[in-house]
Amino acid sequence: MSFLKIENVTKSYGSTEVLHQVDITVEEGEFLVLVGPSGCGKSTLLNMIAGLEDITSGEFSIKGASMNGVHPSQRNIAMVFQSYALYPNMTVAQNITFGLEMHDVPKPEREAALKKVSEMLQIEQLLKRKPGQLSGGQRQRVAMGRALVRNPDVFLFDEPLSNLDAKLRVDMRTEIKKLHQKLGTTIVYVTHDQIEAMTLSTRIAVMNNGYVQQLGTPKEIYDTPANLFVASFMGSPSMNLIPVQVVVEEGNLFVETENDLGADIRIRFANPSANLSSYAGRNVILGVRPEAITDPEGADRNSNNIEIIKNVIGVTEPAGSDTYVTSAIGGVECIARMRADADVRTGQEFEFAINMDKVVSFDPESEKRIV
Amino acid sequence: MSKTITQPDFKTRLQNILPKLVLSPSLALILVFVYGFIAFTIYLSFTDSRMLPTFGWVGLDNYVTLFKLRHWSTAINNLAVFATLYILICTIIGLALAIFLDQKIRFEGVLRPIYLYPMALSFIVTGTAWKWFLDPGIGLENTMHLWGWESFTFDWIKNREYAIYTVVIAAVWQTSGFVMAMFLAGLRGIDNEILKAAQMDGAGNFNLYRRIIIPQLRPAFLSAFVILSHLAIKSYDLIIALTGGGPGRATEVPATFMYSYTFTRNQMGIGASSAVIMLMTIAAIMIPYLYAELREKK
Amino acid sequence: MAAIPTDTAIRTSNATRFFLYLLLLVFALFYLLPFAIMVLNSLKPLSEIQGGNMMDLPDVWTLEPWFSAWSTAQIGVQPTGLKPYFWNSIKMVVPAVVISTVLGALNGYVLTKWRFRGDTILFGLMLFACFIPFQIVLIPMARLLGLAGLAGSTPGLVLVHVVYGLGFTTLYFRNYYQVFPTELVRAAQIDGAGFFRIFWRIMLPSSGPIIVVSVIWQFTNIWNDFLFGASFADLDSQPMTVALNNLVSTSTGVKEYNVHFAGAIIAALPTLLVYIVAGRYFVRGLMAGSVKG
Repeated sequence: MSFLKIENVTKSYGSTEVLHQVDITVEEGEFLVLVGPSGCGKSTLLNMIAGLEDITSGEFSIKGASMNGVHPSQRNIAMVFQSYALYPNMTVAQNITFGLEMHDVPKPEREAALKKVSEMLQIEQLLKRKPGQLSGGQRQRVAMGRALVRNPDVFLFDEPLSNLDAKLRVDMRTEIKKLHQKLGTTIVYVTHDQIEAMTLSTRIAVMNNGYVQQLGTPKEIYDTPANLFVASFMGSPSMNLIPVQVVVEEGNLFVETENDLGADIRIRFANPSANLSSYAGRNVILGVRPEAITDPEGADRNSNNIEIIKNVIGVTEPAGSDTYVTSAIGGVECIARMRADADVRTGQEFEFAINMDKVVSFDPESEKRIV
Repeated sequence: MSKTITQPDFKTRLQNILPKLVLSPSLALILVFVYGFIAFTIYLSFTDSRMLPTFGWVGLDNYVTLFKLRHWSTAINNLAVFATLYILICTIIGLALAIFLDQKIRFEGVLRPIYLYPMALSFIVTGTAWKWFLDPGIGLENTMHLWGWESFTFDWIKNREYAIYTVVIAAVWQTSGFVMAMFLAGLRGIDNEILKAAQMDGAGNFNLYRRIIIPQLRPAFLSAFVILSHLAIKSYDLIIALTGGGPGRATEVPATFMYSYTFTRNQMGIGASSAVIMLMTIAAIMIPYLYAELREKK
Repeated sequence: MAAIPTDTAIRTSNATRFFLYLLLLVFALFYLLPFAIMVLNSLKPLSEIQGGNMMDLPDVWTLEPWFSAWSTAQIGVQPTGLKPYFWNSIKMVVPAVVISTVLGALNGYVLTKWRFRGDTILFGLMLFACFIPFQIVLIPMARLLGLAGLAGSTPGLVLVHVVYGLGFTTLYFRNYYQVFPTELVRAAQIDGAGFFRIFWRIMLPSSGPIIVVSVIWQFTNIWNDFLFGASFADLDSQPMTVALNNLVSTSTGVKEYNVHFAGAIIAALPTLLVYIVAGRYFVRGLMAGSVKG
C-alpha cells in the first residue's frame, strides 16, 4: 500500500480546469519534488494535499485512509510556507507549540517536544524572541521546527528557499536534505528551481499547465525526459534542441543537419531503436545536453559512440571550472561544455565531440521523446 | 597649492533659501494662530477676564473656582461617561462589522459605503435627525405607541439621567463606520499564509481570531483609540444640535461649558481655564502617540 | 511579502454566513434609517407630521417643505430660507479649500524633497495643530478678527479655516510625497530645473489622487464645521450649518419638522454627493488622517 496516493485528481475553479488528471503515488520516506514554472499548478496541488483547497474530482489518500474533505488539521500533515507564516505576535517557542496547543496536547509533553525539536534545529537560543527579530535563515528553521514538532506523516514544503539569498539557499538546501536522511519522513516539496528538484528529491514530478509532464527519479528525468518541455526545463544550461532529418542508408541511421559553415553534417546513431528507424525521411528534434558536446579530449572515455563534427565557435564563456562555447547547429545556437583549458577562440573552426549515448530524440508534432 | 573656496552663486543661494521661504508662511500662521493663541489662552486663564480679556493676574484662582463649579463636575462626568461608552461601543461595533465584512461577503461594495456615509454628514445634521428620532412625542416612542406597543417608553433625551446616552447613540452612529474602515484595512493587511498555517495547526475560527488576528490589530486599536478620544473631547456640534446641552445641564460637556462660560456668561477667565484643561487632556493622549509615530517614520 | 489579499483564508459554514448576512443587514438598516426617515418626513405636509407616525409613508407627497427651507423659512429674524447661507458656505469653503490645499502641497513638497535640519520637528509642530481642541483658540481668534476688522466676515472665516486645515493638508501631501522617488527631483535639478519648476512640472502632475483626497477632506470638514461659524460669523456671513441650527432650534411658534428635515438634507447634500462620487478618496483621507501613513 503506497503511503500517499493521488488518484486521477482534477481541480477546477468554476468552469476552468487548472489541474488535469494528476496521478502520483508516493512511498513512505520518499522525497517528492513538484517542479515547474509559475502557474503550472504545483502550489495548487500542494494546497490540495494539505487540505487548504478542495479536490474537484478524484481520490486522495494517506496510508490508505481517504482524505477527501478532511480538515487540514486532521490529516497529520505539516507545512512550511514560502513566507514561513510565523505568528508575529508570539515568541518562537509559542509559534512552535501552537499546533500542539490546538490539539490539546498537555503542557509537559509540549515542552518536551519543543526541547527536542529546538535542539535538532539548533534554535534553542532563539526561543524567547519574536519572528520580527530573526534573520531569514533563522525564521526558516523556526518554520521547520513548527512543522517537525507535530510528528506528521507527511511534510509539505511550499518554495521554502525562494526568499533566501543565493548562498543561504545552498546551505539550507543541504540542511533540508540532512533532515530528511535523519528523520526519514515522507516529504512533498514544491519549487520552481530545477536544481533544488534534482539535488533534493528521490522522485520528481515535472508539471506544466496543470499537467504532470513526467514523474520519475532525477536520473530518469534528466537522461530520458518524456517530452520537449521536460527536456528544456530541467538542466542548466538547458538541453540543446536541434531539428534534424533522419536518414537511413545501408542499414545505418544518420541524422542530418547543417553546420555553421554551410555544409551538411551527418551524425551516426550507433544503436537506433525501432521507433527511431521508423522516422526515416522525416524530421525529428535531437536533444543533446551541453555536457554531451565537448572538445575531443574532454569526451567521455566510457562511451563508445563519440561522433565528431566540425563547426564554428560563436561565443566563449570561461566559467572557471569549464568553458561554455556556443555554436550554431542546424540553425539553433547550441551550448557545448568544454574543459576549462580547451583552446577555443571566437570564429575558430573546431572539432566538437558528441556523445551519442546521451543523445535523445523527440517527435516534432507530439513533442514526446522517441523511445 | 591653496584651495580656492568658491562662494555659491546667487542662484544657488536663492534655491537654498527658497524651500524655507515657502514653508515659512504656513509655519508663521501655525506659530501664531495655534501656539501663539494657545499661549494667549493659557495666559488668560490666569487673569481676571470677564467679558473681555483683561490682564489682572489672579494666579490659579480660576482653576480653583472651576473645579468647585458643579457645572464643571457635571461636564467632566458627562465627558467621562460619554467618552468611555463612545470609544468602547465604536470599537466593538467597528471590529465586529470589519470581521463580518471580511468574510467574502457578496455585497461588501454596497454595505461598506452605507456604514461609512454618516461620516460625511455634519454633526448638526446628525443631531437634527436623531433629535427627532429620540423625541418621545414624535419619534420612536410615538411610533411604537401608534403600532400598538402602548407601554413602550424611550424618553431618554428628555431625561436628566439618561440624556447623555442619547449623545452616545448619535455619536456612535456617526463614527463607527470609520472605525470599521480602519479595522478592515488592518485585517486585510494580515498575511493570508499565516491564517493558513494556523488552520493547519488546528486552530478553529474562534482561536484564529483570538490568538492570531486580533493581536495583530494592535496598531488599529491604538489609532482608533486616539482618534475617538480626540473626537470625544472636542464634541461640541453634536451636543448643541441634539440636546443643546440639556435638559438643563444634563448633557453639558467641557466643550459646551467653555463656550457658554466664555461668550454667554462672560466669565472668560474660567472659560479659558476650561479650554486649557481640554487641551491638556488631548495633549496627554496625542503627544506620546505622535512622538512614537514620527520616530518610526524618520 | 504577498500582496494584500481581498480574499481571506477563513472559511465559514453556511449557517454562520446566513447569520452574518442578517446581522450586516440589521446594521445597514441602523445606519440608513435616521436619514431615510428625514427624507421621508421632509416630503410630508405639516399636518401629517403632527400626530402622525414618523415611519409612515406620506399620504400626500409634497415638495413644499423643500421650497420653504430653501427660500422662505425663518432663520433668526429673516424669512429667507437657507439659500443665502448656502452661498455663504460656498463663498467660504471654496477659497479655504483651494488655499489650504495649495499651501499643504508646497509644505509637503518642502518637507520631503528639500530636507533640512529640524524639519521633522517643524512637521511635528504642524501635525499637532491638527489635533488641538478649537476651544483653546476661540478667544484670541475672536479678538484678532475684531482688531483686524474681519470679525463676522467671510474672509475672516476663510482665514480661520485655512489656518486650521493647514495641518491636515500638509500631512496628506507630506505622506504622499515621502514615497515619491526623490531621484526624480535630483535628476531634474541636474537638468537645471529650480524649486518651483520641479514642483510645477514633476510633483504636481503626479499628485492627482492626493489632491482629490485633500480637497474632499477639506471640503467636508469646512462645510460641516459649526463651531467656527457660530463663533466668528455674524448674521450675514453665517455658513449653512449655523443657519440650519438656527432653523431647527427655534423655540417659538409651530415646529415645522418637515421644513427642518428638508433644510438638514439640503445642508448635507454637497458633502454626501462628494462622498457618493468620490467615496474611495474620502476613505483614503480618513485613513491618512489617522496618521498611520
